[in-house]
This record gives sequence, C-alpha cells and structure tokens, in this order.
Amino acid sequence: MAELISENPAEALASGDVQFRFRDDELVSDPAVTVDAFVGQSNAVAVRIEPGDDARELLPHLDRIALVEVNFPAYTDGRGYSAARILREAGYAGELRAVGDVLIDQLSHMKRCGFDAFAPDAPLNEDDAKAAFDRWPHVYQSAADDRTPIWNLRHER
Amino acid sequence: MYKYDQYDQAMVDARVEEFRDQCRRRMEGHLTEDQFKPLRLMNGLYLQLHAYMLRVAVPYGTLNGQQMDALADIADKYDRGYGHFTTRQNIQYNWIKLEDAGDILADLAKVEMHAIQTSGNCIRNISADHFAGAAADELVDPRPYAELMRQWSSFHPEFTYLPRKFKICVIGADKDRAAMKLHDIGIQIVKNDEGELGAQFYVGGGMGRTPMIAPMIREFVPLDQLITYAEACLRVYNRYGRRDNKYKARIKILVHELGKEEYTRQVEEEFQHMLDQGIEPPFAELERIRPYFADPAFETGLSDDIDRSDPDFALWVDTNTHAHKAPGYVSAVISLKPVGGIPGDATAEQMHLMADLAREYSFDECRVMHTQNIVLPHVKKADLYALWQKLEAAGLGTANLDQIGDIIACPGLDYCSLANARSIPVAQKIAQRFEEKGQSNTLGELKLKISGCINACGHHHAGHIGILGVDKKGKENYQLLLGGSEGEDTSLAKITGPGFDEDGIVDAVEKATEVYLNEKQEGERFLDTYRRVGMAPFKEALYG
Amino acid sequence: MKILTGNNLETGAVVWWEGKGWSLHVDDAVDAGEEFETLLATEEAERRVVGAYAIDAERLDDGRVRPAHIKDRVRALGPTVRPDLTLKPNDPNAIAEVL
Repeated sequence: MAELISENPAEALASGDVQFRFRDDELVSDPAVTVDAFVGQSNAVAVRIEPGDDARELLPHLDRIALVEVNFPAYTDGRGYSAARILREAGYAGELRAVGDVLIDQLSHMKRCGFDAFAPDAPLNEDDAKAAFDRWPHVYQSAADDRTPIWNLRHER
Repeated sequence: MYKYDQYDQAMVDARVEEFRDQCRRRMEGHLTEDQFKPLRLMNGLYLQLHAYMLRVAVPYGTLNGQQMDALADIADKYDRGYGHFTTRQNIQYNWIKLEDAGDILADLAKVEMHAIQTSGNCIRNISADHFAGAAADELVDPRPYAELMRQWSSFHPEFTYLPRKFKICVIGADKDRAAMKLHDIGIQIVKNDEGELGAQFYVGGGMGRTPMIAPMIREFVPLDQLITYAEACLRVYNRYGRRDNKYKARIKILVHELGKEEYTRQVEEEFQHMLDQGIEPPFAELERIRPYFADPAFETGLSDDIDRSDPDFALWVDTNTHAHKAPGYVSAVISLKPVGGIPGDATAEQMHLMADLAREYSFDECRVMHTQNIVLPHVKKADLYALWQKLEAAGLGTANLDQIGDIIACPGLDYCSLANARSIPVAQKIAQRFEEKGQSNTLGELKLKISGCINACGHHHAGHIGILGVDKKGKENYQLLLGGSEGEDTSLAKITGPGFDEDGIVDAVEKATEVYLNEKQEGERFLDTYRRVGMAPFKEALYG
Repeated sequence: MKILTGNNLETGAVVWWEGKGWSLHVDDAVDAGEEFETLLATEEAERRVVGAYAIDAERLDDGRVRPAHIKDRVRALGPTVRPDLTLKPNDPNAIAEVL
C-alpha cells in the first residue's frame, strides 16, 4: 500500500479536489459519468456511484473502469461503504474515490472499506486526518483492506 | 467472565483517545454540532433535557464487582451520586459534562468497560439472557456468541452509518427472558438433529412506533458461519433500508415491506457471495472465548433446603429467586423497584454494596436485567438469608419480581428530551396504590411497562399492562394497553381506548386488575385471563 | 413572548438568553422578539450555547417567567421526581408550579 499522499496543502485545495490518495499511479481526471450512463456507453473510464445506485451493476464492466467515485451527499448516509466493499470483493483494483461530505472521523472506516482516494467538499485539516488514518492499532473484522483482524492475530502461530 | 487481552484493551484505549480528540475539536470549533452529534452518540453521549447523559455499555449485561464499583465511582465523581439501569442492560448517568467525557471513558477503560456504540445508527450493545450460564432450563450459555458478536460489531467499518440503530440479542434457552423477538436481530442458539449447535435467526422485530415481532428467517446457521450470516443480514439492510424517513428506517420496516421471503432471499444470496470472502473468524476464536464463561467452581453436595421461618424472607425467596442448574444454588434478583422509588435507579452506595455482595455470594459476578433489576447469578441457598438481610437493610430487598410493583419505566419527561409525558411518577403512584391495597404480592405475575413517548423505551407494547404517555394539547395524557408479552409467547399489547390523566391512569390500572380478579380461573395470570376473555370486559369496566 | 433556551456546550447545563448572555435561571429570560435566528446562529457558532431554540413563555405578574409547555418547565426546574436535584430544592411549591 502506498503511503498517504497529500497532493497539496489544504489551503491550496478547492472543494472536490483529491486531498489524500493511497495510490502510486496517475490521478484519473476523466469526468465521472452516472452508473446508468456508464452501463449504456462504452468509452467512459470513470463512473460515479450515488447512494441509491447498485454497485453490482458495474461488475460486468470492471476491466474498463479506471476510477469509481462514490458520492456521500451526507456523511451519515452509509450506503457508500457497502458499495465500496462490493467493488473490492469483486476484484476491482482501480481508484476508489470518496467524494462529497467526507470528514475526518469517517476516513478510517472508508479506507477499510476499500477507498484509496479522498476528495472532500471541504478540505480537511491534515494533522487531524493523518491521526484519523492511523487511529486504530488493530481491527476486529476483515474488510476490503489488507489489515489482519485481531481474530487472526490471536490464532497465528 | 470475559477478560480483555492486549488487543481488546488497545482498541478500547484507542477509542478513548479518539473521543478525547473529537471532544477537543468540538470545543475548539473544528466540528459543528451537526458533525459532532453522531460521533458523541456513538460514544453514548446524548444531550438530554437537563444536561449531557452518558450511556455505558454492559455487554450482555454481565459485570464483575470491580466494574460495578467503577460505575459507582463514576456516579460519585462525575455525576450526582446515582445511575439508572436501562432496558438494554446498560447504565446511564444524567448529569455529565462534555469536558469530563474523555476522563470518564478512560476510567471505564481501566476496568474493561466503555460506552462504544451505546447510541447512534450503528450496531448497539448486544444483549442476552440475564440468567445465562445459571438457568436450569438453558441449553447453552449464549454469552460466548454475544462476545464474538461484540467484537465483530465494534468499529465495524461498513455498518457504522446504518439507516437507523440496530439491536442484537442472543439467548440460549427455549424460554426467552430477553425479549429476543423484539430485536432487529434475535438469535437463539439451538441444537439440530445431529446434536450440533447453531444459530436460529429472527430478523426485523422491534418496538417503537411500529411494533413488530421478528419472523424467523433461518432455522439453523452453523456456528462457523455465524458472523458471515449476520454480515449478510446487515449488508442487505445497509443497502436497502429506508433512509427517506427516520420513522421507517428500522430493519423491521424493510423486512415488512419486502416481505420475509424476499428479504431472506436477498440475505441468502449475499451470504453465498460472502462465504468465500474470509469474513468468518477462525473457529478457534469461539473456542478461545468459551472458557471465559465456564461454570465457576460450584460446591457439590449442597443442600437444597431453605429455612423459611421468616415469612418476609420466604416471600422474597418465592418471588425473587430463579432455579439454578447447580444443586444448592439459585439466581437471586435484587429489585431496583422499591415502592415509591425510581425504577432502575441505584445510588453509588447501593452499587458498591451490590459489588460487595457479588464478590461475597456470587463468584464476583452480577447481571443487569432488561427489567432494570440486578441479578446475583450464582448464590448458595444456604447464603440466601444472610444476603437478603443485607439487601433489606439497604432498601434493595423488595420482593416483587415480575409483579405489579416491578414496573419497567423509561426516564420519561423528567429526564428525556424526546418524552411527551412523565413515566416515573406514574410508576411510583401505581406501586403505592397496590401497596396500600395490600395487593403488591397477591396479583401474581403482572408485567407493567410504561413509556413516556411512542419510542417505547419502556417496552409498553410488551406489557401485560402497558402505559404510553402522550402529549394532549400540552397536557400529559396516558393510554392504557393490555395483552402484551415478551418471551416465548411474544404478543403486542392493544390500546383499550381514550387516554387518562395521571391519576386517571392509576385508577384505570386498578380497574383492569379488578376485572382480572373477577374473571380469573384457577391458575391464570392476568395475561392468561385477558387472552381468554378478550378486551370487552376490560373496556366495559374502564369506559362503560 | 418568545424566549431562547439551549445548553452550555462544555457543561451541558440548561441556559436561557438574558439579553447579553446565557443564564441558568429561566426567570432571567428576556423577550427575544421574532428576530432571533441570527442571534442563535451566532451564539451557536461562537460555541456559547448548543442546541438552542425558541419557545413560548409568559412573564407572570411577580416577574417570574413561565414557559408555555410542560417540557420546558421541567427543563427550567429539574426532574420532578428528584426535588433535591432541582434548582429549587428548598421550595415546597416548585414542583406543583411546573405541572
């Protein structure tokens, strides 16, 4: 996993810019189309999932996607976490970007669900964000990241 | 009892630091209240009618003496010398300062306790049978499974922003003492024809404004698929539970709207998909947890005789003890319902005493019941008299378990910002009325439950007699319900008719008991009589 | 009249707008008129109060302030079932006046 990359200092960022990214490849800057538009057309490489969309509609097309944006219009709407995990469970390896109402205290869970890029509406305090990414010394469950659950640590030989 | 290892402790300590940091950012202005509120709720911190309220988790209701002492110390140090035990087997404090919240969580962490996910739209503290590991009728202690689920549900990355709160309950006996079918997920540990243990899943029960009894969606989930199956249930809910209307956002509405068959189909499909995702913990983890809940070192060869020559003691034994699986032992219930008292409240002094009694008489263990009482699960019958005398002296010896004075009451308008009417004064007046009539112990089993609003924290839907407080043009008004029950014969209570004022509802309860006494046949409880004769004679007495 | 209430952010204590700041005593509350939204937003933003809102109340002849709804009267006093924990532990009429 690549180290956290803060592309620019927070004050230089505009709303919706990618602020944190855990990937080494080049940032995908193609405009993301809706799920309906994406499934119906063949040339887009970036797609945006809204909370009510079914992420599984994208599964037949994963090989031509470079970027999935998952929109959080309100951070309290947790459907995007399931969407992210479903894509990762299906083997999607491209960029998975959380956009919208992305705040400090959700970063860690988002990353565990497979997000590797974060483009908040309002740029975040970098120190607080780094503390949030590093918050949990261990994890209980397996998710879409590569962390070993406590359960497995306990029973490792 | 379960003991934290380095990992559990590290996670709870990290949570303390996270919440300290969140409180700091809030007080320094980096978080708005809208941003902070869900975060503080996930640490059990509400802004209530008079102050902040902190709800501390008591996983599956089990506490040791040191933990009970710590709860008492928090009451003294940070609150006003008392706490309130809740229908979710937790405890809450009513006068907390935000600036103290981090220190309180740190004090809790020192005794392996926390306030994680005691509120918020996430998986809440997991409840269980309060007689777990003690009851004579139990198939298996449900708490190892509850502990496994506690770990799984703690800081779950996918299920922290669900459509609404999510409550799970695990039982291990046919007799349901935990209102299991009134939970979002109720699990009964059962044995199949091959003699293997598994989990029976009931999904979509609940109280609140739309009470529903959970249908069974899977008869038998093998224990090595328990967590994966639960994960599938939650994922379907997280994706498709309603988010357009908070009153329709609980999983019971999803199950109801989809239909049990369609919801089950979706869960099974998700489950099949998840089976090869490596979600399930190693089975060795369950094997690691189980010994923590092994029987304490019961003495053998004990007598089952109890000296009943003191009639007050004999009455207490008859009402407040429960059959134990080990000869010579019982489970003893400490009533937090003295006549005229506040149901579920205990002072710091009383908590310290209960901690001492747990150490002295019950292998250092006590339990919080969803009926807001405390259990000493493993008491030698030979010690009962000495125990009872100490309880009596501290105002904790009331003999009223499951009787008219053992009222469940939510905090109501005296403490709660959601309430429409006060619950506690109604409970107090009813208990006093029946005490004056000398009927506290002569009406038999009669479960009376009071909620101060439609959210039903006082479980009024599940009361043999239920009372619901409503706001009628700015005045407190109380509706009477009859015929509810939790447990193996779960049913939902029905409203009798127009509501009453505070004194009127006390009279109405009295009238309902008079109908029962007139109509009852040999051996019938209030609920049995109601079920046999129906609503009509009660309506006649109340409104005729 | 309309009066403003909320809680102190750090302590959680119930507070009432008394014209320049926030008081623990409802009797100090002043008529906020109809133009209080900006005031509430400022006070919230400055973290001098949390969860603030306006309620109907009347000023009695003796100068005391009585909120129109029982919920706010309970808020102003304290729990009716624990007179010892209310703001008026020594006033035998305090609870009857709430109801």
